[in-house]
Amino acid sequence: MIAQGRNPSLAIGVVIVVALASVAISGPVLIHTDPLAIDLPNALAGPSFTHPLGCDSLGRDMLARLIWGARLSLSVSALVVIASLILGSLVGGIAGLAGGKIDHLVMRGVDIILAFPGILLAIAIAAILGPGLPDLIVALAAMGWTGYARIVRGEMLSLRERDYVIAARALGARPSRLLFHHLLPGVAGPVAVQATFGLGGIIGAEAALSFLGVGVTPPTPSWGNMLDSGRAFLLVAPHLTTAPGLAIGISILGFNLLGDGIAQKIGHRD
Amino acid sequence: MIAYLSRRIAALVPVALGVATLTFAIIHLVPGDPVIAMLGETAAPSDVDGMRHQLGLDRPILTQYAAFLCGLARGNLGESISTHKPVAKLIAERFPATLELAAAGMIVAILIAFPLGFVAGSNPGGAADLSAMGFAIVGVSIPHIYLGPLLMILFSLDLRLLPLTGRGGLSHLVLPAFTLGTAMAAILARMLRQSLIRVRDSDYMRTAIAKGLSGRAALLHHGLKNALTPVVTVIGLQMGALLSGALITEVIFSWPGVGRLMIGAIGARDYPLVEGCVLTFAMTYVIVNLATDVAYALFDPRVRIS
Repeated sequence: MIAQGRNPSLAIGVVIVVALASVAISGPVLIHTDPLAIDLPNALAGPSFTHPLGCDSLGRDMLARLIWGARLSLSVSALVVIASLILGSLVGGIAGLAGGKIDHLVMRGVDIILAFPGILLAIAIAAILGPGLPDLIVALAAMGWTGYARIVRGEMLSLRERDYVIAARALGARPSRLLFHHLLPGVAGPVAVQATFGLGGIIGAEAALSFLGVGVTPPTPSWGNMLDSGRAFLLVAPHLTTAPGLAIGISILGFNLLGDGIAQKIGHRD
Repeated sequence: MIAYLSRRIAALVPVALGVATLTFAIIHLVPGDPVIAMLGETAAPSDVDGMRHQLGLDRPILTQYAAFLCGLARGNLGESISTHKPVAKLIAERFPATLELAAAGMIVAILIAFPLGFVAGSNPGGAADLSAMGFAIVGVSIPHIYLGPLLMILFSLDLRLLPLTGRGGLSHLVLPAFTLGTAMAAILARMLRQSLIRVRDSDYMRTAIAKGLSGRAALLHHGLKNALTPVVTVIGLQMGALLSGALITEVIFSWPGVGRLMIGAIGARDYPLVEGCVLTFAMTYVIVNLATDVAYALFDPRVRIS
């Protein structure tokens, strides 16, 4: 995108995502502070040696909460993307391979889900299901799978007309062989790009849901609910919103750059 | 054009029905008892039964669904549990505020995106392009829930230039509009840049430059109009993100729109009101999409044929 042959998006994206994942995985080993330990005398304390990112309104260590928030954000996002990818690929794959009436019916169903703008569907489902991580994952996946279904269906429709697929079919390849050896590898690239952007997108969606009070509920630290509770102290303790806000922004940025980089690498999207 | 329009409006009916059905299904079929949620786990069984009867939740699900659709056809969305007012009336009071915010967000997005995308696309690889695209990738990554508070800290609390929250004059609209519009601005700027780069290589551009126009003038007078077509498509595609962004922005800035009404209704377990708000957002999106497509067909006659 910037200079021919080089791929700075990919490099920066990899650095951010790897750093994020290492913090999430090794965080509890590096930081022993309990993210739930209340210490009222330290309420709203600014950054110090013992609390590098300060403390929240209940005196809880912000760095520890941020790291536990990273673990939560990344694992929720990964689970949602995996669930969406499996469901979406199945539905889109069946529609694309079957064609005709089944395809028409399935895609009208997808259109109805896509008629709910942005994260509205996830908000509604999460609100009805109530708090809880499995419920949150279901709500986000119910919204997220349609993107994969559309991509897989579109790729299937175009791939099955390609000469090499027609040749394989003419040679008597069974449907399962066609699917696993000829069609799925062709779909993998665009799906990988979508999943990478999806990881960032779901981090943002989870944060928004938790911010709105229908996602992860306090005291469990999530970047979204940390931002929400920090809002009341914008004037006296802006670090309460800055820290989780930057964490969300940088994570999404990392996955966006990585997605751009992969897309550029495999020559998909311009 | 009339044939196209009637075809599109006819196609709207099954989508609208599907949206209504799915909304009904989410509220009524997803596990979780709204009555228990409203009255609490310790409520007396007689109270629970009374409430259930009052809300009509003791009827068979298909009867409830039929009643829901009949009410909907007459513009009746039921009664709010927490305020005992008609849901349709509550939403109608709040809807203009949501539209105002969404429109302002889109205007901000276009005002930022067009100059930025044009500067970037007229000299790709240059310093201006690099900074514009840097802005674009950051702008699309920064979440509303952080950008909103950030702008509040900078412009309301530190500089004291703009009001913190609420709806009022134009000054109240500035921060919410920027919070909402920045992500869309980033996407549009990027799209315009790519589109301009593609247009630069076309024959009519080469002709214009050969006839003595400067590169930038050729791009402005001949290229831009053609480069805008994909940007208009993307504006249509971004309407969903704009509406759901408006919902979040309303909560951040205590903006009295349908989004804030809905989040309040979720907190109060006011299910008829939640249902009405969800439907309003979805139907608005469906209608905006239709309007975008019709506008597109007006400008590009090729669209009407297929």
